[in-house]
Formats: sequence, C-alpha cells, structure tokens
Amino acid sequence: MKKSSGNSLVREQNRTAYLFLTPWLIGFFCLTVGPMIASLYFSLTKYNLLNAPVWIGLDNYIKIVTEDETFRNSLMLTFKYVFLSVPLKLAFALIVAMILNKGLKGLGIYRTVYYLPSLLGGSIAIAIVWRQIFAGDGVFNSFLGWFGIEGPSWIAHPDYIIYTIVMLTVWQFGSAMVIFLAGLKQVPGELYEASSIDGAGKPRQFFSITLPLLTPVIFFNLVMGIINSFQAFTPAFVIGDGRGGPLDATMFYTLYLYLKGFSFFDMGYASALAWIMLLIIGFLTAIVFTTQKYWVFYGDEGGK
Amino acid sequence: MVHQLRNSNLLRHLFVIALGILMLYPVLWLISSSFKPNQLIFSEPGLWPKQWTVDNYIKGWAGFQGTTFGRFFLNSAFISVLCVLGNVITCSLAAYAFARLTFKLSRLWFALMIVTIMLPYHVTLIPQYIIFSELNWLNSYYPLIVPKWLATDSFFILLMVQFIRGIPRELDESATIDGCNQRSIYWRIMLPLLVPALITTAIFTFIWTWDDFFSQMIYISKIDLFTVQLGVRALFDPSGSSDWGALLAMSALSLIPISLIFLFFQKYFLEGIATTGFK
Repeated sequence: MKKSSGNSLVREQNRTAYLFLTPWLIGFFCLTVGPMIASLYFSLTKYNLLNAPVWIGLDNYIKIVTEDETFRNSLMLTFKYVFLSVPLKLAFALIVAMILNKGLKGLGIYRTVYYLPSLLGGSIAIAIVWRQIFAGDGVFNSFLGWFGIEGPSWIAHPDYIIYTIVMLTVWQFGSAMVIFLAGLKQVPGELYEASSIDGAGKPRQFFSITLPLLTPVIFFNLVMGIINSFQAFTPAFVIGDGRGGPLDATMFYTLYLYLKGFSFFDMGYASALAWIMLLIIGFLTAIVFTTQKYWVFYGDEGGK
Repeated sequence: MVHQLRNSNLLRHLFVIALGILMLYPVLWLISSSFKPNQLIFSEPGLWPKQWTVDNYIKGWAGFQGTTFGRFFLNSAFISVLCVLGNVITCSLAAYAFARLTFKLSRLWFALMIVTIMLPYHVTLIPQYIIFSELNWLNSYYPLIVPKWLATDSFFILLMVQFIRGIPRELDESATIDGCNQRSIYWRIMLPLLVPALITTAIFTFIWTWDDFFSQMIYISKIDLFTVQLGVRALFDPSGSSDWGALLAMSALSLIPISLIFLFFQKYFLEGIATTGFK
C-alpha cells in the first residue's frame, strides 16, 4: 500500500515536471539544438536562401582560415576590443567600489549615478550620442581645446575609433561595481584589524585580503564579460558606418557575420563564421575555467 | 591626524562627484541638445541652452511616411510586455521543476540548460531566421516574442532555481501533508515567494527587449511595425545629413521607459545584481 502510493507520487512528480518543462523543452529542441545542427550543416554548404544548399565540405572553413583578410582583421579587432574593455572595465569598477566602500556619505546617490550608464549604454540613443561626442567638432575635442590640443575626429580615424568604443564599454562599469560593492561588504572586518596589528599596510591588505576574497566575483565577471563583449554589435554598428568602416576599423566579428549573412546572403559562410566564433568563445572560457584553480579563492573549500 | 583624515575624505568626495558628473555628462548633453535649435547643437558647448525650443520633439515625433513615434512606442511596449510575460511564466515553471521535482533525466536536462546560457546567439541565428521566414513570420513580432514563451533565456531559469533553493523545503512538505499537489504548490506557495526574482526577471527582460536592436533589425522592415530603436536608427544617417535636433530628441525619449523603470524599481536592481551578478 505504502509502496504503491510512493510510486504514484514519483510518477505524478515526473509527469508534472515534464509538463512544467514543456515550453523549455520545445524551445531547447526547436530553437537551440535543431538550429545548431542546421547551422553546422549550412556551414558545410553554399547557401543563399533562394536555392537549396550545395554541399561543399570544409571549403568555407578553409577559405576563412587561409584567404579571408577581413576575417583575420575582424578577429584581431574583436580580440583587441575584448582584452582592452573587459579588464579596464573590471579594474575601474573595483577601484570605484573600494572608494565608495569607505563609508562615504550619500553612497546611494553615487551608486545610482554610476549604475545608470550600464542600463542605458546598450541603446541606439547612447551610441549616437557617443558618436557625436567624439566627432571632429564634438564635445571631447572642445574639452581638449581648453588645453590647447587640437584633436582629430576620433570616429573618422581608423586607428582611434576602436578606443571610443572601448570607452563606451568602460563607461558602463556600474553593474560590475555594484557586484564588487556587495562582495566587499562580505569581507569580515576582523581580517583587516588582525592584519593591521600584524603590521600590514594598505597595499599589502589589498593584495593579501581584499583581492583574494574577491576572486570568485572577478572570475564570474571575467567569464561573462568575455562572452558578452565578443558578441558586441550595436556600438560597432552605430559608431562606425554600419558596414565596418572607416577602413574596417569597426568590423567587429558579429558585424562581419551579420554582413555576410544578411547583406550578401552567404548563409553557409556566415554559419561557418558562427561556428568558429563558438569555438573561440568556448576556448577562451575553457582557459579561464582551467586556470581558476590557480587564482580563484573559494574560502571554505580549503582554497580549492 | 584628524585634519589629514578630513582632507583625504574631502578629496575622495571631490573625486566621486567629478566622476559622477563625467558619468552623467553624455546623458545630460543629450537632453540639453535635444532642446537646442539645430544650428546651436554643435556650436554651443554649454549644457544650458541659451535658446530653448521644442521643435525638435515635434519634428521627430512626426516619424516618417505618416507613421509617428507614438506608433513606435506602442509597438515596443507591446513586444516588451509580451516578452516579459513569456519569460516570467515559462522560466518560473521550468525553474520550479528543476529546483524541486524529482524526474527522469533531471541532471542531464539541468546540465544542458546551463550550457545554453553560455551559447552565443549567432550559432542558432541563421537557422532560426530560416525557420521564422518559412513560417511567414518575417515582418511580424512572433520571432521576437515566441522564443521568450519557450523559455530560451535560460539565464533567468538559473536565477530562479537559485532563488527557489533558498526557500525552506518544510513549506512544500507541510503543504503536501495538507493535500496540495505539485501544481498547487507551484501556484500557491512558490509563485508568491518568488516575487522578488520574478520582478528582477521582468525588469531585465523588459530592458533587454526594449534595447534588442539586432533582432528587431533582422526581422522587422515595415515602417508601421518599427520599434523605437528602429525608428531612432532610421532618423540617423551615418553619412552625416541627419536632422540632429529631431534625432537627439527621439533618442532622449527612447531612454525614458528604461529610466522610469530604474527609478521605480531601484531596490530590485541593486539587490538583483548583487545576488546574481548580471548587468
């Protein structure tokens, strides 16, 4: 009697669980797994949406890796963007969080002000403003003008435009800062007291206490930062001319993929680009994950 | 000593205030420029307009080809609200199953769900586009809304799973003893307790949908279906002949919904981010 009621409970749970998971399962198979397999297949074909895909084996991949200059440039550009913007943003967020954490009056207001850009920064509106601020006759150059410096048009110059996009990303440091603030609150005050009795100075305290205890948070932000900024699109699309210019200086990886797929309708090639992107992101994430045992400190688990 | 301390405090305050002004400057510049006559926008560096005008707003609001920005705002609001409902309902259902129910293959599904969080959107982009165009869904809102009703934003599932794990199990157990089945536990016990996580999900879904320029651009090309982001982008001509006044006025308006949500739900933002660690 008891056993059968237990069994029916298990069965009921099983049924309810699958009922609750139905939307997710449909989405998982129809919008994630199915399309992934399809895009892997398309990447091995020549496909322009109008005619049926033609199997060409690894040709797309071979062409991308050996011949495609634009691919190489856009990959380098995207790496430059990721490896400048992610660490700068995190460092800035940490510095500001530490300044705010010292019991400043009006913390709430500052936190709000610093956080707001990370909410608004993803919009077209802010990208347009950015373009204007760094234009030849823009506000940034008027500011430099006070010091007698005559700046170029930062958005027209292929060497400089990337830095305006990096600045737009760093400007959105607020969300990471809020996470660091929460992390800093968790650090037990006794640690600082004990270490200052032992004669540790401020820098020593930072490197031996604060930084190690924040490494899990830094780790999380690093992973998500790499994944997200590798996929950045809107800033490059709007601050540049939307086609990668000037001189491919805003040809971010996703923009190149978009142009190949939706401008030239070379869907096979674009799919191959997408798979290469998945491999690169997977590889970067794997590096961060495998190195974490050397630098990420998880308090209770014996430093593992 | 005390003097020195006060000095360093003052310095810190000055730095924090200066940085705050710097942070807000682009937004303030946008607002002030939107009230300046076109010819003054780039020649007058000050934030306070010497000459005020609302012409930019009137010109911008008119939109194009008889479709006003009023339409674009309604369209964006419609999409965002439906996406919010989709995410809140389907992600909470999935999260409850993952966090509380025992079922076959639960570990496998959970692991797969986690993997999809990290998956770049672009790997599925092209086949999804083909599916939606086969379904004749181009120039409709289905491609933007339907994925949210299929819980594809698995990030929010994880957020809610974490939240549910923090709710004491005794609550469900006593409800089971009182004769509640799993469905009514979800409905009567979980959902009310889950409200903070639901609000966080709703807020971020709204903002991300509102700003999701990429998908909107790919799927929508008819002007009367345009969203606010597409409308603003259409006013902007990268070759330089934009009507800057109108463009900046509509840009400023496009930021209002997100700013209002932020003002009203600030508490949830700051707590939500601190506990889950996202944007």
